[in-house]
Amino acid sequence: MLRYIFKRIVFLVPVLLGVSILIFVIIHLAPGDPAETLLGPSATAQDLAELREQLGLDKSLVLQYFTFLTNTLKGDFGRSIRTNNSVLEELLDRFEPSLMLAIFSMTLAVAAGIPLGVLAALRQNTWVDTLCNFVALLGFSLPGFWLGLMLMLLFSIMVPILPSSGYGEWKQLIMPTVVLATNTTAVIARMTRSSMLEVVRQDYVRTAKAKGLNGRLILLRHIMSNVLIPVVTVVGLHFGHMLGGVVITETVFSIPGVGRLIIDAIRFQDYPVVQGGILFFAFCLSLVNLGVDLIYALLDPRIKAQYRAG
Amino acid sequence: MPVKKDAVKKDRRQSQIGEIWRRLRVNKGAVAGLCVILLLTAMAVFAPWLAPYGPNKMNAGPRLAASSLKHPLGTDSFGRDQLSRVIYGARISLYVGFIAVGIGAVCGGFIGAVVGYYGGRIDNILMRLMDVLLAVPQTILAIAIVGALGANLVNLMIAVGVSQIPRYARIVRASALSVRGQEFIEAARAIGASDLRIIVENILPNCMAPIIVQSTLGVASAILSAAALSFLGLGIQPPTPEWGSMLSLGRQYMRNAPHLTFYPGLIIAVVVLSLNIFGDGLRDALDPRLRQ
Repeated sequence: MLRYIFKRIVFLVPVLLGVSILIFVIIHLAPGDPAETLLGPSATAQDLAELREQLGLDKSLVLQYFTFLTNTLKGDFGRSIRTNNSVLEELLDRFEPSLMLAIFSMTLAVAAGIPLGVLAALRQNTWVDTLCNFVALLGFSLPGFWLGLMLMLLFSIMVPILPSSGYGEWKQLIMPTVVLATNTTAVIARMTRSSMLEVVRQDYVRTAKAKGLNGRLILLRHIMSNVLIPVVTVVGLHFGHMLGGVVITETVFSIPGVGRLIIDAIRFQDYPVVQGGILFFAFCLSLVNLGVDLIYALLDPRIKAQYRAG
Repeated sequence: MPVKKDAVKKDRRQSQIGEIWRRLRVNKGAVAGLCVILLLTAMAVFAPWLAPYGPNKMNAGPRLAASSLKHPLGTDSFGRDQLSRVIYGARISLYVGFIAVGIGAVCGGFIGAVVGYYGGRIDNILMRLMDVLLAVPQTILAIAIVGALGANLVNLMIAVGVSQIPRYARIVRASALSVRGQEFIEAARAIGASDLRIIVENILPNCMAPIIVQSTLGVASAILSAAALSFLGLGIQPPTPEWGSMLSLGRQYMRNAPHLTFYPGLIIAVVVLSLNIFGDGLRDALDPRLRQ
């Protein structure tokens, strides 16, 4: 088991290195000159040259990358061009709202998605199943930004019971959580349903029934533990999608999180912040995927066995 | 002889399509989805004849007016007719959706076929590259690309398309791997077919079913991403009528003119839902083994 964990962590290194190159290249494709943006049209050529030197923009791209990489490894993500604060500090400042949003939404999605999927599978080919499927497809198809605005219209403007934006009190998190969870709920429900339909046809379930175990015990002990394996994978795979949703949800509800920071930074061509922010998201995603792989290994004895033997 | 061989081939292909259609027809949802998609495509194609006003004609009516007979979906803050803008918006959304999926499917399909067919080191390198692409959340990758290249139609399509490459690469690679060792590939090689010919004629047709399904669902997610980026101000710029940017404009007038945010979002939801339902049905029809 330890070897498995170790292997997974080692595997993370080249991926993150690759991500850092990818992000660096994309950001440096930008046609605009950050020095010009910063100083405005009235800047003299000398001012521009000085600032470029100060920001390291006059060096070759490869050299810039290695400077960036060594600094990043030391925990120095550079300084924001706009505010001159350390990028890492800005990211950590904005981390809490994003984290809260992600945790609440994932919890809600799991709590709503799994029962929905189980219900659909238990009532396969009835109107309940059809309805659950349609609800799941609908949740999968609704644009998050639109759903957010419509909830805002309903609960902040027409029946003003919830605050429309901001971050600080729990009431302000209700609508963003629902918006962000909708899509993931749908994905989890669909996965649970198809996984469940597969598991209930397995021999061991028939054996359990033949032994005369009661239905609830079979459902909990024999079916659910196996249904959850693919569901966990899908949760991990979908987490990246959710991070994209975080950006949009934070913009709609004016939540001062990392996603909002990235969008604002793009508008100001504040590329150290954009770079750091995306790297930060990629890092979070990789960590979550690592966690999912480990949970997966715990749930699925086959993986454990593979590593014990070899 | 060649004529006869072609005739057999054609006949078989037709009966295959017929078979798929027969299975698809049973699924009422999928048929309904297909109808909606066809209607919307027609709406996009015939926009100039269907739209009552020009999409950018200012002061076509009073500003921020609610629905009326003259303006069924109301007017926006410039007095533009919203129905006309929604109709013209279908052009942009479908265009972006299809081109982006085209970019993703062609690049991803090519990569997948090559690495799956050759295997070995090239497979390793390219799949690690796909892992890297997958390690960055899709929407955020698209945001970064548009943010760097600048917000316009072409960059939007590139951004959404590139972020979709990995999924096609994986599907095609898996299929290519599974048929690589089979006898008909060996036979093709024995008669001296080039690698390119084997990939195009023998490998790709075997992955068509999953590619078609994934593309249908891909158009849905591309339309969603494109609208989201435009909503964030990182896609299609005003005054071009695009659903996402219409939403972001309407957002400022939510209190007095909620119709400006309601309709563009509703139509995005309808398009995406139809594509998803149709894609689901198509998957069942193309691969009856998956049907439960």
